[in-house]
Amino acid sequence: MTDRTNEATNHSTPAVLVLEDGRVFRGRSYGAVGTTLGEAVFATGMTGYQETLTDPSYDRQIVVQTAPHIGNTGVNPEDPESRRIWVAGYVVRDPARRPSNWRSVGSLDDELARQGVVGIQGVDTRAITRHLREHRTMRAGIFSGEAAQRSDRELVDEVLASAPMEGSRLAEEVSVDESYTVEPSDHGWEGEPRFTIAAVDLGIKSMTPHRFAERGVRVHVLPASSTLEDVKALNPDGFFMSNGPGDPATADGQVTLLRSVLDEQIPYFGICFGNQILGRALGFGTYKLRYGHRGINQPVLDRRTGKVEITSQNHGFAVDAPLDGPTPAPEGRYGRVEVSHVSLNDQVVEGLACLDIPAFSVQYHPEAAAGPHDAAYLFDRFIELMEDQRRTEDQPGTEAAQSEEAK
Amino acid sequence: MPKRTDLKSVLVIGSGPIVIGQAAEFDYSGTQALRVLKDEGLRVILVNSNPATIMTDPEFADATYVEPITPEVVEKIIEKERPDAILPTLGGQTALNTAIALDKNGVLTKYGVELIGANIAAIELGEDREKFKGVVARCGAESARSQIIHTIDEAIEAAEWLGYPLVVRPSFTMGGLGSGFAYTEEDLRRIVGQGLLYSPTTEVLLEESILGWKEYELEMMRDKNDNVVVVCSIENFDPVGVHTGDSITVAPALTLTDREYQKLRDVAIAVIREVGVDTGGCNIQFAVDPKTGRVIVIEMNPRVSRSSALASKATGFAIAKIATKLSLGYTLDEIPNDITQKTPASFEPTLDYVVVKVPRFAFEKFPAADPTLTTTMKSVGEAMALGRNFTEALQKALRSLEQRGAPLDFTPVPEYEVPQLVEQAKRPTTDRLKQVQRALLGGATVEELYDATSIDPWFLDQLQLLNEVAAEIKAAPALTEDVLRLAKRHGFSDEQIGALTHHSEAVVRGVRQALGVRPVYKTVDTCAAEFAAYTPYHYSSYDEEDEVGLHSKPSIVILGSGPNRIGQGIEFDYSCVHASMALRKAGYETVMVNCNPETVSTDYDISTRLYFEPLTLEDVLEVIAAEERTGGVMGVFVQLGGQTPLKLAQQLADAGVPILGTSPEAIDLAEHRGAFAKVLDDAGLVSPKNGTAVSFDEAKRIADEIGYPVLVRPSYVLGGRGMEIVYDEANLRRYIENATEITPDHPVLIDRFLEDAIEIDVDALYDGRDLYLGGIMEHIEEAGIHSGDSACVLPPVTLGEDVIERVREATAAIAEGVGVRGLINIQFALAADVLYVLEANPRASRTVPFVSKATGVQLAKAAALIGTGVSIHQLRSAYQMLPEAGDGASINPNAAVAVKEAVLPFSRFRTPEGTVVDSLLGPEMRSTGEVMGIDRHFDTAFAKSQAGANNALPTSGRAFVSVANRDKRSVILGVKKLADLGFEIYSTGGTAAVLRRSGIQATVVRKVGDGPGPAGLDGGQGTIVDLINDGQIDMVFNTPSGGDARGDGYEIRAAATSNGKPCITTVAEFNFAVLAIEAMRQFEWTVTSLQEHAAQLRDAPTVGSEATATEPAGV
Repeated sequence: MTDRTNEATNHSTPAVLVLEDGRVFRGRSYGAVGTTLGEAVFATGMTGYQETLTDPSYDRQIVVQTAPHIGNTGVNPEDPESRRIWVAGYVVRDPARRPSNWRSVGSLDDELARQGVVGIQGVDTRAITRHLREHRTMRAGIFSGEAAQRSDRELVDEVLASAPMEGSRLAEEVSVDESYTVEPSDHGWEGEPRFTIAAVDLGIKSMTPHRFAERGVRVHVLPASSTLEDVKALNPDGFFMSNGPGDPATADGQVTLLRSVLDEQIPYFGICFGNQILGRALGFGTYKLRYGHRGINQPVLDRRTGKVEITSQNHGFAVDAPLDGPTPAPEGRYGRVEVSHVSLNDQVVEGLACLDIPAFSVQYHPEAAAGPHDAAYLFDRFIELMEDQRRTEDQPGTEAAQSEEAK
Repeated sequence: MPKRTDLKSVLVIGSGPIVIGQAAEFDYSGTQALRVLKDEGLRVILVNSNPATIMTDPEFADATYVEPITPEVVEKIIEKERPDAILPTLGGQTALNTAIALDKNGVLTKYGVELIGANIAAIELGEDREKFKGVVARCGAESARSQIIHTIDEAIEAAEWLGYPLVVRPSFTMGGLGSGFAYTEEDLRRIVGQGLLYSPTTEVLLEESILGWKEYELEMMRDKNDNVVVVCSIENFDPVGVHTGDSITVAPALTLTDREYQKLRDVAIAVIREVGVDTGGCNIQFAVDPKTGRVIVIEMNPRVSRSSALASKATGFAIAKIATKLSLGYTLDEIPNDITQKTPASFEPTLDYVVVKVPRFAFEKFPAADPTLTTTMKSVGEAMALGRNFTEALQKALRSLEQRGAPLDFTPVPEYEVPQLVEQAKRPTTDRLKQVQRALLGGATVEELYDATSIDPWFLDQLQLLNEVAAEIKAAPALTEDVLRLAKRHGFSDEQIGALTHHSEAVVRGVRQALGVRPVYKTVDTCAAEFAAYTPYHYSSYDEEDEVGLHSKPSIVILGSGPNRIGQGIEFDYSCVHASMALRKAGYETVMVNCNPETVSTDYDISTRLYFEPLTLEDVLEVIAAEERTGGVMGVFVQLGGQTPLKLAQQLADAGVPILGTSPEAIDLAEHRGAFAKVLDDAGLVSPKNGTAVSFDEAKRIADEIGYPVLVRPSYVLGGRGMEIVYDEANLRRYIENATEITPDHPVLIDRFLEDAIEIDVDALYDGRDLYLGGIMEHIEEAGIHSGDSACVLPPVTLGEDVIERVREATAAIAEGVGVRGLINIQFALAADVLYVLEANPRASRTVPFVSKATGVQLAKAAALIGTGVSIHQLRSAYQMLPEAGDGASINPNAAVAVKEAVLPFSRFRTPEGTVVDSLLGPEMRSTGEVMGIDRHFDTAFAKSQAGANNALPTSGRAFVSVANRDKRSVILGVKKLADLGFEIYSTGGTAAVLRRSGIQATVVRKVGDGPGPAGLDGGQGTIVDLINDGQIDMVFNTPSGGDARGDGYEIRAAATSNGKPCITTVAEFNFAVLAIEAMRQFEWTVTSLQEHAAQLRDAPTVGSEATATEPAGV
């Protein structure tokens, strides 16, 4: 036998996952030992656990990975999507004992522990997933170490005492405090930036500014609480709102900001939370899905082209807009709007396109990370939108526009 | 936009006989395709020469042609049927090549037939290596770097940027002559130096080596709207260097980050678009450098492949079915996902389990073959298992192989063996997994083994984990719930736990079940439980929640046949599928248990419920328990899946499981020599003199008593494993000494070998009262050649009516004596007009599908119903499943003649010296598949069978004849005939002299031992082997002398096999071949569908003389 500690039976601490409806799953601790509370959701991606863990949209959520083997490729410094792990808790079946990848610098287990993320392993993740599917996402807690010794009743009570996701305002919690700029030249773009955009960080993933920057777009990333003045001070060619956690119904500040930006005719592109905010800005409602869409295999129909794209998704809320044909936005001044993208699995609104103002958004993640790159064209679509807008604005002075394009 | 409306009829090309690399998976995909096409209301035409397939069941197509898949024959079918389109992407390389040939020779244009599911340009881009490299480059991806050089200096320069090791391939040499690996400049100088000499163009290709890289495969689908999805990612446990068909493979890929995986996905999508696969499936293989992540595209298959079948079973995504719909013009988003019903097929399946496929090899059948695994596929079958983690799936897959020694061995490894094991593991062989695991067990480190094998450290660590779990089980003071759960979580069987804790398997099972440690059954649902699944496709796992739904009727469990192997192949799957279909139609709920991903039986909609599980006693008992607790079990069928389920019969019965059909006692009676002898005695039947022995002395005494030659074999085998004809005592001693599996429980059986006997095979049904004789097959080769390797003809062509009557009576007596309820297969030998009973198998046999196709009667379906208590009388009347009168032995002059021919894999196997293994037939079965030739006339049917088996007989040219002394007399007539037909006869000295005396002029050629002749006027005549290699000989007829297979004969046969020339090794077959050649020269072939054959029988049910009137025009 080798010198390795014998982990076959994994003598790590007992742990328990408790759901608010009283269902209990017993396993062993993973990552940090302790207590954590959050909304239990399942994610079905077979790759990309590092991206999932560091996606700020998972703030306050306990993520159940349906893929049984997690941690096989360890952790590396390139793949995180933000500055830290955001998930409130992590539920896996078979974590890797030994990571293996040429980019790996350490094990996921250690990284979770280092960042204080309480997890549980060795539970029937499929049973949990089926439970959440049948009984909708719900509050939950992971308790390990001493906390796991308490009675189930006490644990359920503790879960029930935690805040539900509905009505939670979390974007400010995950957003940056200070703005920063992502330069195209740092992401492989040669030459001068073509456009500048202001991007509000409601939980932005680092791949999003990267996707802009590699296309020659300079991105000023702003805190969630930014104002129209902050935006206008940058004189941007376009405005962007990112994905993020929480209930869009609580995002009144961002809705107000977006309306004022739309009123300025600044081209807008929103992803995920940014889609829900556009929906609300246009006057539509948002609602909580039964168990959400969280995976990297989600089929979406682009109704403009009739083509299907396989998308990365992570949303628990959705926009409530009529699926058939263009419809006047309830906020009448924004003209007509249509549902541009729709989920083929359950017909949920996956994208909105304004027909009379330069604005569109998608509910899913064209920046991928993790997930397929099918929808990357949306970044180009936004650039086209900014080009069109610039052409319209520059029409009196065509020479200026040409010299700009020549670059 | 839904499907095209302009297509009314489609011709589907099947894949022909089962061969290594192209197996049952194409029956699975083809059957799915036919079902879709029929559902869509199209007229479906099928050509496939393989009668053992489900797809050739007449009910799956409107016109089923069991004819050779050659461009000429397919053209005849096109001419006759005038289909609107051909679907060639579901029949493997055979179908694709045939379609390309039909395009090239203008047939498609001539008849206005469209190719659907593929276009020629795309096929060529995908299959032509050089063109494909261009595709890869245009997609911004990389192929292996290479450079063509003409001098050693150029080679050394090229090596600088290609890096060592290098693959050196001289251009235009045969069979890889002069190829090699250069690890150093010295190697390079040496190998390139030789290579430049070998190459007629003084040209050598240098290519960077990707040996040891990680290997992946993506299964893709694309529709006409350019929607592309990845159905499944597959990771090879064995790194690059081992053919993916021979590698242990895992789904999904387990050791890639998302960034790396998405890179493969992006490249794959770009390539499928660039190649232009319009609709349907394809797969792309990648190599990934484990040190840098650099990605190289290895190759693509622009069609449904073996991996597609695996991916379908692994994910639940019905690739073949969906590919067919796409070819009709549907788009992915218009096709519902069967499993979830609510979501569309335009998505990518996500797995919450791990799938492991392990190959099954047959090297024991080819002792001369080199067992090193290379990029040429050598495995004959595979088993797949699903588990909730890798260790569980791997151990389940290993026990699914049903091979002694396949499951991992945890007995201590002495330290001194470790360096040896590490060294051995460097060379990939069938034993590598074990060597690696045992080396780890003995104390080698993951790093050492990674250096030796390049197997990813994550996988190595999983093997280490298994070793650690084994150690914990061993160290446990008692079989507690915790220990058992730990063991089960990592896939340890009760037997393995027993071995580790010195308990019997039964004790472990008893304790385990008493402690409530039972598996649950999860569902394969394509979506990791995101949506509810409506298809009960289950696999076991020792997890928490069970998903088997309640059922209202007690179920009938059908045990499948496990991985394909020589001797137990697709024919048994055929019977299982038929039984399931018949029983469902009769209103029963059926449950299929099987572990072979290549089969139709493991399609999730064949049976009411599918359990993808190993066919061991433990796994089967747990499935039965799951069915019991959810609604009850009516009984289990063990007689359909070959030896695999049959050997479980007694133990299942002992566990209280009702066995449907023939009882375990009856099965035992037929298998047990003494008891069976009594059955024969009582019926007044004889068998060749025989005895059983457990030692040489005993064997010698028996052999002396019954006289040489004797047939020796171990008991309880299928496919003649280890069977040999022994001509003298010395060879008997050698056999007994080499036989490792002899125990008092499993003695050696010794039979008198009947020389020059005609072998007869019978399949029959018996219900306890009546017998239905399914068919009598007369073997072409004389007794002594394994029945699976022998060609046979139905109805018999040379047996007299009285013999047929004796066979019928004998069959009835044996079926009654044994107590059969269902199918029985009996082998007889007719020698000197005495009918000997060789053996009886109270189960579905290998020939059931052949007989069913040849006679148009579904024997397996009938057997299944007999198992539920239906009588043959009822099957003849109320069920109309059997003819009202008569049976398969009735000679009907309107009946077509069907010839079954075996297909042998000799050209796949090489000796360590690089020559092919010997192609002599013997009592040990070595064929992988079969074809059927069917025609109104025997000679043409025989010719068709040869063409179908890729051994098309020549109609002119040069025939080489060299036979053993004992055969010289019997070949004269045949050789004379050949000469009269205009063949030039070549021969070696002895045979030539005999022929000359009968007035046949034969050119004498040099024997191998003579070496090439001196450089004379004609530059020196080569030996016979040189002539064959030179393509100057069109047909070889060579019978071996005595018991010795070596020498000249071997070289001649090997040369014929290597060059793809027909090589006939028995007199009987030669004589029939001559008849067939004569028929081929006289008559043009016509093609007739099974449906037409059946109609002819129906229209003229009894003695009819107007046969010619109903014959299709154009004879």
